[in-house]
Amino acid sequence: MGNVVLVTGVGRHLGSRFARVIRDQPGVDHVVGVDVQPPSQPIEGAAPYSFVSADIRRPVVARVIAEHGVTTVVHLNVSTTTLGSTSRGAVKETNVIGTMQLLAAVQKAPSVSRLVVKSTTSVYGSAPRDPAVFHERMQPKVLPSGGFAKDAVEVEGYVRGFSRRRPDVAVGVLRFANILGPDADTPLNEYFALPVLPTVLGFDPRLQFVHEDDAVEVLRLAALEPRRGTTNSGTFNVAGDGVMLLSQAARRLGKPTLPMLLQAVSFMAGLARQARMLDFSPEQLRLLTHGRVVDTTLLRETFGYTPAYSTEQALACLGAVQGPGLLPPARVAAWTDRVASTLPVTIERTRG
Amino acid sequence: MSSARERTWREERDAKVIPITKRRGVPAARPPQAEDQPPRAGTPGSEGGVAEAVAQAVGNALAGPLGGVAGKVLGDGWERRTANGLGFLRRRLTGDYRIDEFGFDQELTEQVFLSLMRPLADKYFRVEVRGAENLPAKGGALVVANHSGVLPLDALMTQVAIHDHAQRHLRMLAADLVFVLPVVNELARKAGHTLACNEDAQRLLENGEIVGVWPEGFKGIGKPFADRYKLQRFGRGGFVSSALRAGVPIVPCSIVGAEETYPMIGNAKTLARLLGLPYVPITPTFPWLGPLGALPLPTKWVIQFGEPIPTDAYPPEAADDPMLMFNLTDQVRETIQHTLYRMLVQRRSVFF
Repeated sequence: MGNVVLVTGVGRHLGSRFARVIRDQPGVDHVVGVDVQPPSQPIEGAAPYSFVSADIRRPVVARVIAEHGVTTVVHLNVSTTTLGSTSRGAVKETNVIGTMQLLAAVQKAPSVSRLVVKSTTSVYGSAPRDPAVFHERMQPKVLPSGGFAKDAVEVEGYVRGFSRRRPDVAVGVLRFANILGPDADTPLNEYFALPVLPTVLGFDPRLQFVHEDDAVEVLRLAALEPRRGTTNSGTFNVAGDGVMLLSQAARRLGKPTLPMLLQAVSFMAGLARQARMLDFSPEQLRLLTHGRVVDTTLLRETFGYTPAYSTEQALACLGAVQGPGLLPPARVAAWTDRVASTLPVTIERTRG
Repeated sequence: MSSARERTWREERDAKVIPITKRRGVPAARPPQAEDQPPRAGTPGSEGGVAEAVAQAVGNALAGPLGGVAGKVLGDGWERRTANGLGFLRRRLTGDYRIDEFGFDQELTEQVFLSLMRPLADKYFRVEVRGAENLPAKGGALVVANHSGVLPLDALMTQVAIHDHAQRHLRMLAADLVFVLPVVNELARKAGHTLACNEDAQRLLENGEIVGVWPEGFKGIGKPFADRYKLQRFGRGGFVSSALRAGVPIVPCSIVGAEETYPMIGNAKTLARLLGLPYVPITPTFPWLGPLGALPLPTKWVIQFGEPIPTDAYPPEAADDPMLMFNLTDQVRETIQHTLYRMLVQRRSVFF
């Protein structure tokens, strides 16, 4: 039996993109996608592909692994939202109980030799009393108290337990910063699609983005044998180079910001969540208050991957897809240029 | 400049041939230096027309009759300065600037923060800087200074002094209270300050930055006037181990004059507890004179940078030797204390 890759969360955007990429990899003989719903777009590729409509919270996943002789498990079903339901309870169930069931099944499967888990940098939380830049080994002063971040902390805890019990399995945990992309279904993507961005008055968070293409590429490298001189088991922060402020990102996108008191923003976020207009969780709000920056030295030097898109470029891609906002930078620049051009002296300008 | 405004208004009225329901904010006509907030929301279609008309009007006004007036009022070279200001405004409004991973915005710091603080340093406190040659021209260094004067003005003045006399940016380690307060945290991050913790200090030092630390913390800044120029306990000496791990020299810095800016004769402890602040000062003028009492006294300042204490002779594991840490901390403390006494003896008067 060759290399059989099981992908959970294949019904989601990132999962289906990854499944498509991994089908075309040489040495991959079979790809099994697992989710409650099939992806909206068919998964095309070279290697045979089968979709199993299963809930990973049920023990059925163990049978799937045994049946196909799975060798690599890529667990992408750790998300802020679940398909078809926005209730927090269901999300937590899928994230935590789903991971427990999956890990239990993998532990009993001798064929599995590699496990890749998608995690998030929100395991570091967002707090004013934390160091400015998080390294993989750092513990935050305040652990996330709830929401998706807490799920991710728990999931990582179970994964650590698993790797102690099955030391023969190479385990890679990828902590992704905010994933942005033309069709990514991440909360920050939705936030930046708003015409006017509500922000927290008196706070300007530092943000890091990772482009969807980079996210898929990192997952691909993690799911395959490590290249020479690199290792892909361990915990890695994944983020584009550079840091941006929220105000700066808003100006680049041409979005006006609406600074509001923290209480007002959280009230509105609560309303939007109730009305299911926008999934804007309290921890997302904490990110947009205090920000978070992670160190990616380990990704570049040990994992051996440098993201193709920097934080700025990832945002620029999003901006290109969204189209100009209400205050496009080009128009704002034209105003100041107009004034400058009427000055009596000619001034050398860096950009026309 | 009232005629300019009048003219602007007239031009705007003329421009209102396009039906406009509401007009809010005139981004292009705002003063260039004070700009930091992103432009506010406006009606998309009409905003551009009006703003462009205003931009045109301002430009025409400056090019035409107002040019001569502006030349007289603002002095020679006003066109160039206006053009630079417009270029700056353009970059700010379009988000075309970079920040580092700590949130340090070099352009904003140089153009706005330092220009605002420079008159305070040069004209008000008449800061005399000695021993600036003890600061390295490149590479990391840890500046350790005495803290005093209720508000951390001494830290801000040191930042100006190091920028103007050593052409380096001082990256300060600030108390966690700074990063909890709205607005203050945002400004502090943009000015290059970060939380006083070992991780951040070491990261900055390894990046080759000059890091400033005031190890007395609130004990120093909030001590009664009777204890002036008596150094308080130097925290836990964590700064020494950071410097030692990074192998950078420690530059002791003694500041004279800051103690007398706000002579603290009392501390409203109950009020401080209520407000969650470390102290609420009572000075001869505050709170009796209201906001006027919050003005610092115009004392004459001297900032003396002492001989650097090298740490590169120690192996990195020496940072885990508590005895060595205590000795080094004490050496730094004694150096600053003795320099302070010497400077006080030489001082002619508090105000001259």
